Amino acid sequence: MLNEFVILMKQELLLCIILFITLILKISENENNPKNWIGIINGLLLINFLAGFFLSTTGELFNGMFKVSELIIFEKNILNLGLLIVSLMAQPYLKNHKHLPEFYMLLLSTLIGMFFMISSGNLLMFYVGLELSTIPMAALANFNLNKANSSEAGMKMILSSAFSSALLLMGVSFIYGTTGTFNFTQITASLDNNALQVFAFVLLFTGFAFKLSVVPFHFWTADVYEGAPVPVAAYLSVVSKAAVAFVFVTVLYKVFGTMANLWYVLLFLTSVLTIGIGNIFAVRQENIKRFLAFSSIAQVGFILVGISSGTKAGEASMIYFLLIYLFSNLGAFAVVNVVSTMSGKENISDYKGFYKTNPALSWFLTIALFSLAGVPPTAGFFGKLFLLTSGASTGNYLLVGFAAINMIISMYYYLRIVKAIFMDENAMPIASIKTEILPRIAIIICIVGILATGFMGSVYNYIYLLSSGI
Amino acid sequence: MNGVPLTHMIIVSTLLFFIGAYGFLTRRNLIAMLMSVELMLNSVNINFIAFNKYLFPDNLDGLVYTIFIIAIAAAEAAVAIAIIINLFRNTRSIDAEYADKLKN
Repeated sequence: MLNEFVILMKQELLLCIILFITLILKISENENNPKNWIGIINGLLLINFLAGFFLSTTGELFNGMFKVSELIIFEKNILNLGLLIVSLMAQPYLKNHKHLPEFYMLLLSTLIGMFFMISSGNLLMFYVGLELSTIPMAALANFNLNKANSSEAGMKMILSSAFSSALLLMGVSFIYGTTGTFNFTQITASLDNNALQVFAFVLLFTGFAFKLSVVPFHFWTADVYEGAPVPVAAYLSVVSKAAVAFVFVTVLYKVFGTMANLWYVLLFLTSVLTIGIGNIFAVRQENIKRFLAFSSIAQVGFILVGISSGTKAGEASMIYFLLIYLFSNLGAFAVVNVVSTMSGKENISDYKGFYKTNPALSWFLTIALFSLAGVPPTAGFFGKLFLLTSGASTGNYLLVGFAAINMIISMYYYLRIVKAIFMDENAMPIASIKTEILPRIAIIICIVGILATGFMGSVYNYIYLLSSGI
Repeated sequence: MNGVPLTHMIIVSTLLFFIGAYGFLTRRNLIAMLMSVELMLNSVNINFIAFNKYLFPDNLDGLVYTIFIIAIAAAEAAVAIAIIINLFRNTRSIDAEYADKLKN
């Protein structure tokens, strides 16, 4: 029994151990040099990522509250990789920060929360995991303690997430009132789609939409991304969003599979709004972090198109796209982080003439932006191709056509930055930046991921084998 | 179960929920907004306990969920107040109208 417990929860337990190691480092603060810690913690995170591939047993714990399947292990490995890349790219920001161990403690506790959320087979476990992943996130958004922007971002994040979890809990309470259980399989068995359950489902959907920043509920996103430190914004836009998307699909397909007609309409409307408004607002942004925030909102809209099909291909294409999106968005954020910490410049107009002074970083940023836009040789193209093909399988060509047209519109604003980098003249370009070794490793992992993932069909086949439809 | 019927409990909790939502959307003081959210969470607690007591008295699922909500709401309030204090240190105000530096 104990053996089974340790093996099934090995990824969570490993993260807990690393969390305690950072705590011990914090206590012995005076003797050690913070610069050594970054190396130690990154090494531990690398071990943690590699350990995810060994001893993959599947099963259930606590009467189905905690489930582990091969797909869940794969999703956790994706998130571990995201954490590793964020931790590597955060080095220039963190090396002079006096609260370095706290940064990692908060980061690791959010990831533990996400793992419990992904593994949950019960609404109680799901709620606890969700809160464990959002409350430390708000503290992280406020990590530049003496900057008003950063505390404003933290305030907006914690208040909007508290409001959204209140909505979500109201939905959970009505689900409980009509079915009498919190267990996912038992809920599915006793759903009869009466009016109260539909109302409860819409409230649950709203809660998820807040966390995923789907359009009617996206107002916090851009402000938080702009105010938060760049590594936190990167983590928020990729890892935290991917975790919520994984659970969202599980809840839609496994728990509310009988309400497919209802949530298809909801996904249709919200995805059209999300893609449209994300694109319109991304066009007029001047700050590159706000720009990446709205571009990530638009990308969520494409994910919604993919999962609206409710098929096996829908789930597989969503996970595949999120893997690619992790590489592309973290690659873009890594370059932005290097530039922002070294020169303090965050506006798109500051990037004019960037190629003259920093050719390597310019190419990396360009490849990442091409992948986000979905230009063919990069992996982003294949990710969007699979999402739209899966969305087209329901026969709703209006939605897929709208998404495809918006892909072309999105080219405009991604290429606007590329144009600023390569073509625009600037009397005072950003000075030549010497990238340190850790962020350089992060950027190289991202670029290799972007170029390789699209051509390795075996990745998609592997995910397709593991996933399941309604 | 004579006395108060279940519908009355649900009416009270729904009223509380919408009072909380109204307060969250109209109040401009950050502490008052936080209090409104707590009101919404408490209305959810009433819902859980009422459903558990009236409809499913055999098990304690709803009560356990309520305890978790109370504990997590306390953690949330602690972090939120810490952030609001930090915001006050930086801007000398806890009015949502003045927290508008992040705009395009």
